[in-house]
Amino acid sequence: MKAQNSTRWSLVLALAVGLAVLGWGSVWAGQAVILSTTTSTQDSGLLDVLVPMFEKQTGATVKVISVGTGQALALAAKGEADVALVHAPDSEKKYVADGLLVNRRLVMHNDFFIAGPADDPAKLKGMESAVEAMKRIAEAKVPFVSRGDNSGTHQLEKKLWAEAKMSPSGTWYLSTGQGMGATLGIGSEKKAYVITDRATFLAFKKRVQLVPLVERDRILLNIYSVLEPNAGKFPRVNVAGGKAFADFMVSKEVQEVIRTFGVDKFGEPLFFPDAGKREESL
Amino acid sequence: MELIRQGLIEAVRLILTGDPGVLQITWLSIQISGTATVLSLLLGIPAGVALALTRFPGRGFLVALVNTGMGLPPVVVGLFVSIFLWRSGPLGALELLYTPTAIVIAQFVIAAPIVTGLTIAAMQQLNPRLRLQLLALGASRWQLLLLLMREARLPLLAAVMAGFGGVISEVGASMMVGGNLLGHTRVLTTATVLETGKGNFEVAIALGVILLVLTFVVNYLLTWIQQRGRSA
Repeated sequence: MKAQNSTRWSLVLALAVGLAVLGWGSVWAGQAVILSTTTSTQDSGLLDVLVPMFEKQTGATVKVISVGTGQALALAAKGEADVALVHAPDSEKKYVADGLLVNRRLVMHNDFFIAGPADDPAKLKGMESAVEAMKRIAEAKVPFVSRGDNSGTHQLEKKLWAEAKMSPSGTWYLSTGQGMGATLGIGSEKKAYVITDRATFLAFKKRVQLVPLVERDRILLNIYSVLEPNAGKFPRVNVAGGKAFADFMVSKEVQEVIRTFGVDKFGEPLFFPDAGKREESL
Repeated sequence: MELIRQGLIEAVRLILTGDPGVLQITWLSIQISGTATVLSLLLGIPAGVALALTRFPGRGFLVALVNTGMGLPPVVVGLFVSIFLWRSGPLGALELLYTPTAIVIAQFVIAAPIVTGLTIAAMQQLNPRLRLQLLALGASRWQLLLLLMREARLPLLAAVMAGFGGVISEVGASMMVGGNLLGHTRVLTTATVLETGKGNFEVAIALGVILLVLTFVVNYLLTWIQQRGRSA
């Protein structure tokens, strides 16, 4: 008898724990909107302001999944996310052309620039053309640290190399495969040139010994868009929720929040609102 | 070194002021890893005892599989569990991705082989004559199992500690299947990665220290149970 009792009790215990564990998941079921975005967007802190605003206005729950750009787009393109907020125009356009993502709309932009050691061995300071600067880096074979992870930053870097008609290789060219913060840290340690976005650089400025050297060239614009998965292809997408969030990002109210975000912390805004504009006009 | 000192100060400050954000993350870590460990014990110890004490064709192969499972890379577990829990995956309808349940599942898959493998070793290192002796003295099946497990409690508790240690420190799978969502699936390890990525190194070190303290407290308790009644 005793033996059967303890077996029964262990089964009851296991069942109870199992049900409690499964129940933990169901709190989310139904209303959630899955937003896939990039780590740099999340790290800028903008979403910490905008997401609660959206949740309060609509009563929906947003799950912000911040991963590498490639993964963020791939997840949305598989219908694993309901809306994507990324900054990799070339990849985005390809997904739209393939019919996997739809409704690409501009949200905002900031800029990249080439940062480097203060002593600037390749003498880039003051150059106006980013492409010429990259040529000079490759010819001088000075240390350069790349994201190497198909992020928006990395895609811009590849575009610059393509325009300069060079393919970088050699011991001077390092590929980290990591996020912007980590890459800046490595660049600082190695006294190397790094392409970075302004927001991350401002956040890390105190910790790295790099300075901005080549800025404001039009090719260095970092353009953020929202995209939605092609609902026809994926049955489980929260179509209404995803569209609502995308509409939210381009709404007048949010664009105004974006315009002033970061001024109190960094003395300058981190992003410039662009909803409704044409990309070519930026 | 200055950075580590700052981190330690921040850790003490966060604990003493009872910072609600950190408390919430710590409590969530305990809940998730604790549940995963308990579930892995419920499967692993009976399975390990069974594999240790029985003989059947294919047993050796199963034990080898379990031993291989002890070295499963957590990030690979995370990837595979993700694929199962994706909307497009077989379990997609359960909507478990990016919930604490998903992390418990992934951590269970990581811990169960560890507990099972160490249990097998614990039971197999018992003197085989002990079993015969207990049976000869009239022990029932349950009494036999309980007594053998008590004899092996040193390595069995080590198995519990190894299982718990494996999952409380895990970050790759937790990040992938949990999504690091603030207030819901952000645990000590994933929060440490986030703060490091943001450049908040003092906070990251503080979270790391808190995780170490937590692990130490749990293991101190388990070690005390393990070492009870043994003279030096």
